[in-house]
Parts: sequence; C-alpha cells; structure tokens
Amino acid sequence: MPKREDIKSVLVIGSGPIVIGQACEFDYSGTQACRVLREEGIRVVLVNSNPATIMTDPEFADATYVEPITPEFVEKVIAKERPDALLATLGGQTALNCAVALDERGILEKYDVELIGASIDAIQRGENREEFKKIVAELGGESAKSVICHSMDDLLAGAEELGYPVVIRPSFTMGGSGSGFAFDEEDLRRLGGAGLAASPTTEVLLEESILGWKEYELEVMRDRKDNSVIVCSIENLDPMGVHTGDSITVAPAMTLTDREYQKLRDLAIGIIRAVGVDTGGCNIQYAVNPVDGRIIVIEMNPRVSRSSALASKATGYPIAKIAAKVAIGYTLDEIENDITAGPNGSTAASFEPTLDYVVVKVPRFAFEKFPGADTTLTTHMKSVGEAMAIGRNFTEALQKALRSLEKPEAVFDWTQEVVELDKPALLEEIKLPTDGRLKRVMDTIRAGATPEEIFESTKIDPWFIDQLYLINEIAQEIIAAPELTADVLRYAKRHGFSDYQLGKMRGMTADVVRGVRHALGIRPVYKTVDTCAAEFAARTPYHYSSYDEETEVAPREKEAVIILGSGPNRIGQGIEFDYSCVHASLALSEAGYETVMVNCNPETVSTDYDTSDRLYFEPLTLEDVLEIVHAEQAAGPVVGVICQLGGQTPLGLAQALKDNGVPIVGTSPEAIHLAEERGAFGRVLHEAGLVAPKHGMATTFNEAREIAAEIGYPVLVRPSYVLGGRGMQIVYDDEALRSYIEAATEVTPDKPVMVDKFVDDAVEIDVDALYDGNELFLGGVMEHIEEAGIHSGDSSCALPPITLGAAEVERIRKATLAIAVGVGVRGLLNIQYALGSDVLYVIEANPRASRTVPFVSKATATPLAKAAARVMLGESIEELRTAGVLPATGDGGALPPHQPIAVKEAVMPFNRFRTPEGKQVDTVLGPEMKSTGEVMGLDSDFGRAFAKSQSGAFGPLPTRGRIFVSMANRDKRTMIFPIKVLADHGFEIFATEGTAEVLRRNGVATRQMRKHSEGVGPDGEKTTVQRILAGEVDLVINTPNGTSNAKSARMDGYEIRTAAVMANIACITTVQGLGAAVQGIEALRRGDIDVRSLQEWRDLVGHHDGGVSAK
Amino acid sequence: MPLHAHKEALLVLEDGRSFRGESFGAEGETFGEAVFSTGMTGYQETLTDPSYHQQVVIMTAPHVGNTGVNDDDPESKKIWVAGYVVRDPARVSSSWRAERSLDDELRAQSVVGISGIDTRALTRHLRERGAMRVGISTVETDPEVLLKKVLASAEMSGANLSDAVSTQETYVVPAVSTGSTTEGPRFRVAALDLGIKEMTPQRMAERGVEVHVLPATATLEDVLAVNPDGLFYSNGPGDPAATTAQVELLRSALAEGIPYFGICFGNQLFGRALGFGTYKLKYGHRGINQPVMDLTTRKVEVTAHNHGFAVDAPVGEETKTEFGIATVSHVNLNDDCVEGLELKDAETGKLKGFSVQYHPEAAAGPHDAAYLFDRFISLMAKEV
Repeated sequence: MPKREDIKSVLVIGSGPIVIGQACEFDYSGTQACRVLREEGIRVVLVNSNPATIMTDPEFADATYVEPITPEFVEKVIAKERPDALLATLGGQTALNCAVALDERGILEKYDVELIGASIDAIQRGENREEFKKIVAELGGESAKSVICHSMDDLLAGAEELGYPVVIRPSFTMGGSGSGFAFDEEDLRRLGGAGLAASPTTEVLLEESILGWKEYELEVMRDRKDNSVIVCSIENLDPMGVHTGDSITVAPAMTLTDREYQKLRDLAIGIIRAVGVDTGGCNIQYAVNPVDGRIIVIEMNPRVSRSSALASKATGYPIAKIAAKVAIGYTLDEIENDITAGPNGSTAASFEPTLDYVVVKVPRFAFEKFPGADTTLTTHMKSVGEAMAIGRNFTEALQKALRSLEKPEAVFDWTQEVVELDKPALLEEIKLPTDGRLKRVMDTIRAGATPEEIFESTKIDPWFIDQLYLINEIAQEIIAAPELTADVLRYAKRHGFSDYQLGKMRGMTADVVRGVRHALGIRPVYKTVDTCAAEFAARTPYHYSSYDEETEVAPREKEAVIILGSGPNRIGQGIEFDYSCVHASLALSEAGYETVMVNCNPETVSTDYDTSDRLYFEPLTLEDVLEIVHAEQAAGPVVGVICQLGGQTPLGLAQALKDNGVPIVGTSPEAIHLAEERGAFGRVLHEAGLVAPKHGMATTFNEAREIAAEIGYPVLVRPSYVLGGRGMQIVYDDEALRSYIEAATEVTPDKPVMVDKFVDDAVEIDVDALYDGNELFLGGVMEHIEEAGIHSGDSSCALPPITLGAAEVERIRKATLAIAVGVGVRGLLNIQYALGSDVLYVIEANPRASRTVPFVSKATATPLAKAAARVMLGESIEELRTAGVLPATGDGGALPPHQPIAVKEAVMPFNRFRTPEGKQVDTVLGPEMKSTGEVMGLDSDFGRAFAKSQSGAFGPLPTRGRIFVSMANRDKRTMIFPIKVLADHGFEIFATEGTAEVLRRNGVATRQMRKHSEGVGPDGEKTTVQRILAGEVDLVINTPNGTSNAKSARMDGYEIRTAAVMANIACITTVQGLGAAVQGIEALRRGDIDVRSLQEWRDLVGHHDGGVSAK
Repeated sequence: MPLHAHKEALLVLEDGRSFRGESFGAEGETFGEAVFSTGMTGYQETLTDPSYHQQVVIMTAPHVGNTGVNDDDPESKKIWVAGYVVRDPARVSSSWRAERSLDDELRAQSVVGISGIDTRALTRHLRERGAMRVGISTVETDPEVLLKKVLASAEMSGANLSDAVSTQETYVVPAVSTGSTTEGPRFRVAALDLGIKEMTPQRMAERGVEVHVLPATATLEDVLAVNPDGLFYSNGPGDPAATTAQVELLRSALAEGIPYFGICFGNQLFGRALGFGTYKLKYGHRGINQPVMDLTTRKVEVTAHNHGFAVDAPVGEETKTEFGIATVSHVNLNDDCVEGLELKDAETGKLKGFSVQYHPEAAAGPHDAAYLFDRFISLMAKEV
C-alpha cells in the first residue's frame, strides 16, 4: 500500500521543554519524522516551544512555529496553515495530550484535520486503564488487580479490597508523574490525593503490588495492513517498583525462554491491534513473576516513547522514521531498512531486528541539585538523563555504561578494604532502590554475601547477580595476579574493566595501564550495529567497541573530523550541546569532511546513525576516545577532534587528548585553561582593562573568611571548575561561609573554592560570540530578566536586550573581542557579564558552545554552531559571510529593525522531588542551576513574547482572578506600581499582613490572608497555603526573604511556593519577574497575540536562511 | 574461578581459518557443516531440532544458556547438533522452569562445543564465504592437523540424512479434546517424519487432528493404511536433491488426490515432486526474524527459519504440472527466495496441496504463521 496521496500537509507537534520523563528523545523522534515527511514531498508544519531542538531548525519544516504547545496556540496555527493531518505520536505525552484536547474542543473537526499515527479512540483505549484492562483480558492476558478511583473515598475502599501495599497510578500523566507505593493509609491519603490532582481527568488507578517481579518492555510497530513487528525486547535489571526510566535496563531480554518471550510477543501484537494503533509504534510493559512465570500486562503507550529511542539506538531500527512513514500510508514491506544491505542491496522494515551484542542503559540522576529530596527510586521517574553502552557481553556493556555516566563514584571500585564492608548492613541497605544501588550490591558481594542473599534483598534476577559475581571474581584475580600479563589484561578488558579501574586495583595510573596494554598490543576492535547479527552486510558504519578479535572499521579516503558529544543529559548539560554537535556534523559534512560522532546518550539526534558519516556509540572517557582516534587514524586521515561543542565533558578531555598527540580543532586546550583557571583569566582581563567582581581563592575556611572580609559580603562561593553552577551559593555571613566550606568535600589545594564579590542589583548579560582570530561575530546579547545571582541557565532572558542601548552593546562588543583575543579563541565563546552602577563586570568566560547557542541561533536566524565548526577548521568569518552561512552584514549585536523579541524561559523539575517525609522541595532559584529545559516566546514586543514564554513553560498567565502577594521587605517599594496595575486590570489582590498594609496605604484594595504559620483562623478562615491548594488563587507572587529574617517567614515562603507548584499555578519569585509578568498579562488581555513561523519572521526581518540545508 | 579454568578448544574451518576458545559442553572432537543461527531465544529448541543433524551451530546471540534446560521445550528426544559454538555461556541457570544447566546437558549428551570465540567474525566469514565444513576439538591443538580432518569429513551437499533422524516405528499423536467428549478427531493425517519437531504434530492435534507419524521409509501402502485425510511432510536435514524415495511417494499420493501440506524439507520435496529443482543457499536462513510475504494477501509474517536449500521456482508465474497448476505462494523479503508453494486443480482451481519453507509450528519463533495449520484443516475439509 503506497503513500496516501490525500495528505499534502502535516502538522507535527513536538514535546516542548525538556522535563524529567520527557527529554530530547522526542527531538530525536520528531526530527526523524520531519525529515521523512519532507522527503515524501509533504508540507511540514511544526509546533514546538523548545528552541534547543534540532527539529525547530527552520530547514527541518516548511513552517516552524516556536509557539506554546497549548490548544489555544496550536488552534491558531491550524487556522492559519490548514494542514490535512496532525501527527502527535512522536512528541511524547505533551503532543498526545494536546491532540486529545484539540479533538475534545472540536478544533480538529472544525478545520477538517485528520489525526494520523493513532486515532483518538486508540489513544483513549491505550490510556484509559479500564478499557485497556478489558482488552488485555479479551486476549487472554492478565492485568494487575486494580480499582479505578475518582475520589479519596474510592481510594480508601480500594486499598481495603486489594490490601497494602498498593500502587497509585494517576491517569494521563507523563513519565509516571504522581505514581508511587502506599504502604499504609497515611501514604495513601498523601500520594492518592496528589495523584487525583495531577491527573487531568481526576482519575487514579489503585493496583495490587507486584514489587520485585521481573519487568520487561516490548517495542511494537504496526502498519495499516496489520503487519506488526517487535523491534526490541528490553529487560529491567531493577525489578518492578522502579520506574523504567530510572532502572538499569538491558536489551535484548536476557532471562526468558522462547516460550515465555513468544507469549509476550503474542500479547503485544494482540494489544496493538485491539487498541487500534494502526500506523505507528507503541511500547508495552510487562511484569513476570519469577516464581511461576505469571505474566501481567502493566501498560502501553500508544505513541513513540523514551524506550523507543533507546530501542532504536539499541537495534539500529529507526522507530520514529518508520512510524512517520507508516502514518502516511506506507506498509512495512514497502519501507527500506536502510541500515542493512541484504543480498539484493536492501532489506525491508518488516522484520525483527536481532542482536549479537548486549545493550545496557543506566540512568543519571541530579539529586545533588535538590538538597533534601528523597533519593529512593519509585514508580515516579526522577532521573534527568541516561547513558547507553554496547558490548559483546553483559559485563562489558554494563561497565562501559557505568563509566559513560561520568560520575567517578558510579563505576565499581575495589580499592576500599573489605573489612569496612558490613554485610548485614549492606544487605539491608540494598533492599531500597537508590541511585548507585548496583555499586552497593557489588560491595555486598565483596562483603561475602551469597547470591541467594543478594536476591532476597534486591529481587534482581539471579543471572544478573551472577554476572556481578563474575565481575567481582575477575577483579579479585586482577588484584591477586603477580603481574599484569597479556592474559590477565585481555580477560579483564573482555569484561569491560577500564584502564582507570585496573590502575586503581594495581596501584598505577590509567596512563601506565594503557602503556602496558598498548605495548602488549591489546586494543579494542569495533563491531557494527546492523539489525541482523551479521546475517547481511551493514551499510551504515554505526560502531561500538569490544575486546574481541575482528574489527569492522572501513578504510576511507576523505579527511575526517571527530566530534565529541556531551554524554548523558544532566542539569546544566543537555540537549543544547547536542544541538551544536549535530550542527557541526551537518556543516562539516557539507564542507567536504567525513564526520565521526562519538557519544553515549541514546536520546539524542547526534546518536542517530545518519546524522554523521560514522557513529561510535562509546563512553566519553579519555581511554575510549583515544582508542577511537587510533582506529580512525588507522582508517584514513584525521584532521582533528572537536571538543568545544559538547559542553564540559569533551572540554575536560581536550588537554589530555592533546598530551597524547591528538590534534584538537578550534580553541586550543591552553586557551581553554586560560579561560577556566581564574588566576590566568584575571591576567587576561587585567591586560584588556576589564574588571571582574573582586574575588579570591581559598582552600580553607580561614582563607575564605579573610577574602570575604576584604571584598565584603554578600559573596558568591563556588568550586573552580564548574558545570551548571554546581555547588555555587550566595553567602551573607561568616557562619554560612563556614558551613559551605565544611560541606564542600572536594576542597583541595588543586581544587580551591572561588570567593567572588556578589554584584547585587546588577543586570546580568549573556553573550555568545564567534571569533576566527581576526574578526568577532557577536552572536547575540541576552539580557536576563531576573537580577544577577540566579544561575544563567535558570534565568529568563530577552534577545535583543530589552533595556540596553547601543552604547552598552558596543561596550560589550569591545570587551568580548578583548577576551576572545586574550584567551585565544577559535570558534565559540560565551561570556557572562553583570552591569551594575555603570560598571561592566566580567563574571565568567567559557571558550565553548554554550547552552544558549540554539536559542540565539533561532532568535537571530543565524546558524552559529555551523559557522563555529567551519571557523574551527580554518574558515574566516568573512568567508562565511560570503558563503552565506553568516549574514553579509551586521551580527547579533547589530540586528536589523523589525527584529522580534525572543524570550527564553527555564523550566524547573520541582514537581518531581519530595523529601523522604513526602514534602515538596523548595522552589527558590539561586546560583545553582536547577532547570531541565527551556522554551522560547517570540513576538514583536516584550510583553507578548514574555506571555508566550510563560504559556510554553508553565501554562498561560492568568488574565483575571485572584493574586496572592507576599514580598520581602526590600522589595516592597518596587512592587507597588506593578501590583496596582494588576488591580486596575480587575485582579483581586490578596496579601499577608505586612504586604497588605503597604498596598492599602498606596491605594491598592487588598484583602488580607492568614499566614501559613498563623494556622487556621478562629472561624475556620483558611491559610494562604490552604487557599492555594484549594485552587482559590490564580497567581502567586512571593519574593524570598534574605537569610537574616526570622525562620518562620522563610518557612512561610517555602510553603507558599511549594503549594503553588502542587496547585500547578504560576509563582513569581522576583520583582523583575513581576514586571515582566505584568507586561505579559497586559498583552494577553489585549487579546491580539498571534502566531508566526520562523520562516515568516525571517522573510519579514530580511535575514538570509543560513545557507545549509538539512541532510 | 581462575583464568582459563576451562580446557582450551580449537575450531578450524575447511578454508583454514581457525579460532581458539574454551571447551564448552563435552570434550572431544566433532565435525559438521558450520551454520549460524540468529535467534536470540530458543536455544533448547534449536539444539533438539533434527534438521540440525550433522551441523555445527554458531549462535550469534552472545549469551546462551541463561534459562538453563527444562524438559518441556525440546523439539525431539535428543540434541541433534553436531557441535555448538557460543560466545558467553551462562554460569547459572535462571528460570522457574530450569531443571539443569545447558553445559551439563551438552556433556550428558556428549555434544562438543566451544565458547569464548569471536562468533561475529565467524558469522561474517560464513556469510562471505558460504557454509562450509568445520571441526571443533578439545584434544587437537594444531590447526593444520585439525584442518586435514575437517577436509576428510562428510559434506552436506548430496547427503541423505532423513533415515538417520526419522522414527523407526509409527506412532500416533492423538487429537487434543476440543471440549466435546463425544466427538472423535476431526481429521487423520499421515505425517512423514523426515526429522519432525514435536511442536508440529501438537499444532495439528490442537486443531482436532489425529497425527500418525510414519518413518521416513514409509511406502504409499503405509500411508494409505492410515486412511488419511491429508498427508504431511516434515522438516528435516540433508540435501533434497539426494532424496528420491519420498519424492516418489509424494507424487503417488498427489496422484491419489490426497491433500498435502509440507514444512521446510517437505516444501523442497513438494517442489521436486512438482518438477522444480532445488539448490543450496550460500549460507542459508537460520533464525526467527525472517520476513515472509504471503503473495495472495500481501501480508508479511515474521517467521522461524532453518534451511540451507531452497526451491527453484518462478515467482509470479503459473507452472503447469501433471498434478495441476503450481505457483509460488510465499517469498522471503530479504532475498526473494521461494518460501512457499501452492498446487491447485487445473480445472476447478481448488487447492490440492501447499507447503512452506519456514516453520509455522515456530518453537522457537513467532506464531505469525500458525494460520497455515488452519489452512491445512480447510484443505482437508475441502473448503478451499
């Protein structure tokens, strides 16, 4: 059945900002979908509010709307573009929910838009738990016994029937948000209540506990002729009870016989057919009782999911691409499996991939960013990213995956003395799944536990437990071996031990181990992911390393550039860096190079097998990268390695790579050091006549106190090498400084703490620039909306700057040029400035692609990362202007008139974290970055752009209703005018005592509300927090009190802010944010906010198109 | 476990390429045709599939033996493979059904294996050079010496192996009760055991068929003595071109008008009975992920395969035979190889017999093609 000819244009909805449970895997799937549809000659209209995505690059769609993914805005797009069809199965739960809302409001019918991929009925059948259970039962399958609840009474009755513990699963939430276990009634009331609130349909499923069962997932693909294939089976190492996103998972399934596997397969195909996902992919999760094999179907996602991205990378079968093709009418046998050649030159997509390797995925968490958060893993996803590794056996894949996490504490370590290992305590500890449990399991094995004891505590399958024993036995042999012979080394490498681990065990450095290894000729070979276990030749060089016998790297003629990616997503290093790496690859491929990508993050576009000419799915450690460089140098000429685009991960490798004789392209490692080492950077600034806030370096509390005394409080303290502001804090007095230093475990003479003057009340400015050694191209000047002190990654900002004049931009340009020259930048440079009392302070400079590169590129229609890649390989800015990559004249500091205002807003994961007592973690922002993602609002003026950014990030700002205000004393003066404006617009203003008093004196009608600390009033008057939780408040404005205030005031603030998060309403925590919100609300009240595509803006503003088309 | 606790083992291919690994299963020496199987599950079914007689099977999936060995999953009474090659054998068995370990089972049945070699390199070699003879030894350490023995061993082309794997005595697999106790079996089938897998008669029995499994040496009289509603030819090892008696038997049965269904070897022999040739594939199809299209419905099924030979018949054309009109009903989408044949009466257009090259009984493998057993029932019921 060929392509449907009645579909001429398709609206694709993306997944919006990166949040926990919905990360860049949907950029990967959406980008593939857009590519496929355009190749088929279909007009692609895209809506996605996330500017850091590849899919929102103007060349991937015909009309790209960086607009909020809300039914209101998407309707405007539909009205304007009149697409024939809507594809919502590739944009995660966000897109699916939006499609459902559009359907419910009759918008799809009104504009005659057909939902393709999965129909509304199929979505409902897949996601409505009662209907789904019925389907499973009809197929002869079993579901966990459960009760649907719509109220607390339902919940209590249900728990009575099922018996504790029970599982709580709210309907229609993403990433299992709001799910958890209730072991007693108190848990039930708390989690169940929150679950009812989180579900858009106020529906919670209460379920029998299947804790400790084996957990599996199958990825299914189906076309409109009912051809169905299983793309991949995935087995969770962590048994039932931990969200799949937080589990260590393994592909293919390791501990099923064919009979059991075929039962799962039959159920999967039966389910996708009965649910009616006619054209696309879905995944189905199962639990299997290890005692008797009883199978329970847990759930299905009637769309492409995070697991689909993993399955695509694990097998080489491009699920999103195929899903897009079947959505427009192709059948699987008509679609080519383009990774595998086959005897006739091609094979069809209607087969099931088979693997001759093992894939392991491990989650990466960010609990260190949320002090107080409960680190226990539950059915509620908490990880922020993941790393995947491929090996020829499980042990190799597992150890590669653990080192891919780039957390030194994640890899197994045998250097601790065994006597410190307390077996009974460890056996108790490992009962609770946590980040790093697997390492504690290994410690328990070292402490002498038996496999049976480990199983008793963890319910991890005995086969996996034995693999851990195998690793331990090898480690013990390595430690005991008289010398590191070729046999010992080969054996260890075959099971995934890194040079670093071996060195630690043998009391030598990784460099020495590597030297010995190379002298003995022990190097990895590179195998190929080919979907068919070598039955047919592979067409795509998608490689992974293994200590096996035969390598498959093909020789090549062209010069190669190796691009190092950014590894697992984490807070501070996410999709933005992948964006830059992908752009470099596309640009260099066009410029005639062979591009070689190295990365280990399965969610990304960079690890798509057709993004680069060659892909190495490998950990980003020195050892792994050096081996790839060696293999590629053996295959043909290598110009060098790009370390500048993948964030801190590759940047941290640059010097060591160079020391090992690897050519580094772009800014030299010495220049990187110059910018990152504060003393050296201070000299650069001094020579350029620039000032940094006063600062000093300390390795002890006394040193720090002296510096603080000299420069004056408040001071900003932080470690010298930072990522996403890790460990930064503003401290106001000696006591706070002391506790910071004492808590900072990693303070050593070579890792000192930086103590900076904190520039209060300053405007913070972020600059991305490009320097070729001669000319500076100012990419963009972003003005932060919040004052300095909030991490730039968490601040909202505007571009062009909303209050800076031409003279100030000129000062910034000069300073940026001076730093670029002084540091010796070749490529991208990001600088943060603070402008206070007319002094321009340089806060920090990063000679690399920054988090804001994609935002700047979208806002100014200039492909900065592409240009940077070419500058790094020797082209000049002038040449790039001539080539049309950069605009012929002007730059991001000198933008043309009619330039729209772009507002970036950060999205926080606060709703994901609770303390062990079940309380919400605080939502206050500071110098420590906490956001997971961002959105962009783009419009002709700031108010509208800001309103869009808020809609995209949190939901629309209210245009009427009740506002609760509680301001810190220092902010009371500045708040009066904006609050008055809001009152004039008809908002009812509520405030606590002090704030209410000030407002009334200034003529703003204000009603007083009880403070949380005051408790319920004598006549049952609710407190502020109760009113917020009851949904009686539409907007919260609360600026946090400084540290000197009374504890009760601080606690009130915490309660108010967390209540706002739980009630899912906007909460403004700065006066600058309040000002922006007022402008946004006014724009919304005018009701004239429209949508405009990036392509239209480009034509309007008169920019070029970037010159580089999608591959 | 100290390094190399296992005895060393050596694998040598007939073209001289050799691999050194560790002994797995029984010690000793073995020879056969080297073939690779790409299934990720179902090693027990593979090992006990009689079609693998005289073949050394290389598993492309690295971890084998994880679920141990049970007594339910074997497809025959013994392990048939001549030798077994895996990369990472399991050290423990993990399944609620496991009764012993795979290593122990291989030892108990004296199956020589090798582990720890680059199975992907070996697979790629066979893919490029074609299936060939191989030797595995835990006693001979000199590749040159082992190579000589490999070259002296039997070749697969021209081998008639049916008699070696077939039952010596006829036995009956009763129909599984369909609920109604008064009803007898719906049909009786004479199934020629050329290396039959246990799941095959079971799939028929589940559909109310009483299956009389006959030895490969059965004559037309033996078949007619069963008074069958249909004749079935099973899968099995060997070169179809070297098999004449069963082809003749099939021709006589077709002349008698007995409805026919064949699987695998039974497809090749059906092809020969209809006058088509057969040929040896370069390295065969062995796995459980092969896409096959049913040319009448244009639907694709994911199927289990184990064959080294194929029928040479024209796709998309009707061939007139003395028994009626023969057409190719199924093709493999990977290599367009013939995967099924259909014979229809030249006048009425009624189906007379059909066969598939792959394994609708699965075991191991997907159940997508189970409908073929229903088609056989319809054929015997004269509904098609």
